[in-house]
Amino acid sequence: MNQGKGLLAKLGRLQRFLLPPWWTEEEEPHKMSLRYRWLWVSGVLSALLVSLTPLVAMTVINIYEYQKAFEAEIQFPVQRQVSNTRRSIEFFLEERRAALNFIIHDNTFEALSEQERLTGIFKNMKEFFGGFVDVGLIDSQGIQRSYVGPYGLKGRSYEQQVWFDETVLRGSNVSDVFLGYRKFPHFVIAVKNEKRDGDFYILRATFNAEIFDNLLASIEFRPSSDVFIVNRAGVLQTPSRSNGPILSMTQLPVPPYSDRTEVRDVVDRDGHPTLVGYAYIKDSPFVLMVAERHETLMKDWITLRRNLLIFLIVSMVLITVFVLAGSRNMVTRIWEADLKRASVLHQIEYTNKMASIGRLAAGVAHEINNPMAIINEKAGLMKDLMMLEEEFPKKEKFLSLVDPILTSVDRCRTITHRLLGFAKRMDVRVETIHMDLLIREVLSFLEKESSYRNITIHLSFADDLVPIQSDRGQLQQVFLNILNNAFAAVKDGGRIDISAEPRGIEKVAVTITDNGVGISEENIKHIFEPFFTTKEKYGTGLGLSITHGIVEKLGGQIEVRSALGEGTSFVVTLPVQRREE
Amino acid sequence: MERLRVLLVDDEEELVSTMVERLRLRDIEADAETDGYRALDRVMASDYDVVLVDVKMPGLGGMELLGEIRKERPDVPVILLTGHTAEQEGVEGMRIGAFDYLMKPINIDDLILRMRDAAGRRQG
Repeated sequence: MNQGKGLLAKLGRLQRFLLPPWWTEEEEPHKMSLRYRWLWVSGVLSALLVSLTPLVAMTVINIYEYQKAFEAEIQFPVQRQVSNTRRSIEFFLEERRAALNFIIHDNTFEALSEQERLTGIFKNMKEFFGGFVDVGLIDSQGIQRSYVGPYGLKGRSYEQQVWFDETVLRGSNVSDVFLGYRKFPHFVIAVKNEKRDGDFYILRATFNAEIFDNLLASIEFRPSSDVFIVNRAGVLQTPSRSNGPILSMTQLPVPPYSDRTEVRDVVDRDGHPTLVGYAYIKDSPFVLMVAERHETLMKDWITLRRNLLIFLIVSMVLITVFVLAGSRNMVTRIWEADLKRASVLHQIEYTNKMASIGRLAAGVAHEINNPMAIINEKAGLMKDLMMLEEEFPKKEKFLSLVDPILTSVDRCRTITHRLLGFAKRMDVRVETIHMDLLIREVLSFLEKESSYRNITIHLSFADDLVPIQSDRGQLQQVFLNILNNAFAAVKDGGRIDISAEPRGIEKVAVTITDNGVGISEENIKHIFEPFFTTKEKYGTGLGLSITHGIVEKLGGQIEVRSALGEGTSFVVTLPVQRREE
Repeated sequence: MERLRVLLVDDEEELVSTMVERLRLRDIEADAETDGYRALDRVMASDYDVVLVDVKMPGLGGMELLGEIRKERPDVPVILLTGHTAEQEGVEGMRIGAFDYLMKPINIDDLILRMRDAAGRRQG
């Protein structure tokens, strides 16, 4: 359960890193419009397409080419080794056949029939050629007429044996390896000579099959290779490491005849793909074979291919992560720029609107002054006359009527003054501002509301508060906006604390704290963004956005802290000296 | 204290006439004029201690009248009357020679104080 949560949290973090921040937003205006989603998706897709396609194509081609090169590299030495070995074996057989041919042509039947003579020849054969086990002379009836060797086979008949027929037919023969009378594996080389009378005789020598082992052992194959000889029926003529003992059937199919050395892929009886190099040994029943299982041969290649694939996958993952993150940043920036542009446009619109209202307000204020002055003077005169007259009837009553007229005129004066102040707010004018006075001025706009709603406003200004250089009108708007929000947030009978104190020698901080409904963590993130409002029907979502804009323009900062149900605190920090921008 | 002689110039007949009456009640010799040119003639012809001039008037405007008086009778101090919202005009007027400026609607006691001040300055 906990593990699952941990994984979810990790995925969440990954999503935040890779997906645009507004991907999961459900509410306007942060809900990403289709345009940005499409921008993000198309960005990701095209970047992935252009970066991954060549990578995948390159890897596939590489793997294909490497495999081809690797196979060629394996095949070539096999072919060369098989060729070399084939030549050695052919030479060995040819040499011995030539020796036998020389002997049989150099000696008459009668001469070879002499045991002594044959013994002498055999001694020379063994000494100069080697490999001979025995030698015998056989007449045309297949009877061994003389014999030199360890087995005492004189008088034996070979008429029924295959090699005899072959020799009679072809003039010479190299036999398969067989057990024969001796009960150990050997093979025969026999040559025929014809007498003048048409009769013939055969000189036959036998060789221990182990001779092949020596021949094959002297050739350097790779340690894992299985090198052996079979006959054309597939019977092993030498023991094979993985295909069975001598004279058993090989596991591999006998490859088709070819007069050249061949290398090909076959499948053995157990279904293992195997690379086989082979050569048919000329004038013999032998087929030289070198077999190696693919899995051993390709071990290096498989490692290499695995590394290539790991590289491919790691690269793909990295590229994808970078593309996602890059696309996220790009689209987020575009989105932010669009939002900012919209905010600037609306601020301009708002400023224009305010400028129009300002001009109108100024006009009204000017026009009202004269009638107000007349009312002022008339009422003043009335009061003068009453005061001068000792016996004015109902003097008290009339005075109590005139005085409110005069105070009302005074109030009108304050109103026109404010209207004008509002109009002036549009011009940037730097002047010396006493923060406490400015805040009291702004509060005068809200006096009525605070007394109706019984809202307590507590002011606290530090003694060492220095006047700052800033724009009066703009600051009035800033604090009016914040205070309006505070008034909207508190219930009737609520409390708003306003304090101002220096921050170091360069800044002044004004803190406005209410004990209202507070702002949720989610909303606080967006509070200074244009068009963000919680006032549903009647909010423009521009107030705090513009406030933020003004404070920044004046070189200050605005921060907000809030807890739902406990209240909200805005801190506006302003520079004492206005920096020219 | 000598009796002050003042001229009030404003195109609002109701305003000046009432002010004149109120000033007279306070023992000040006040005359009213609603036209700039006639006001200039009066200033030339008689000897006022102070002239109170509204900035906004049809015909000869307050600023022009101020200019003329400064030229013809530089010894007569001028106090400007401006709309409450046009502080800038008052400041401008003082730059070209007005003794002071007051913003409408005005407080009568404040006005008398300033006028005495101006007259005293003139004599002093």
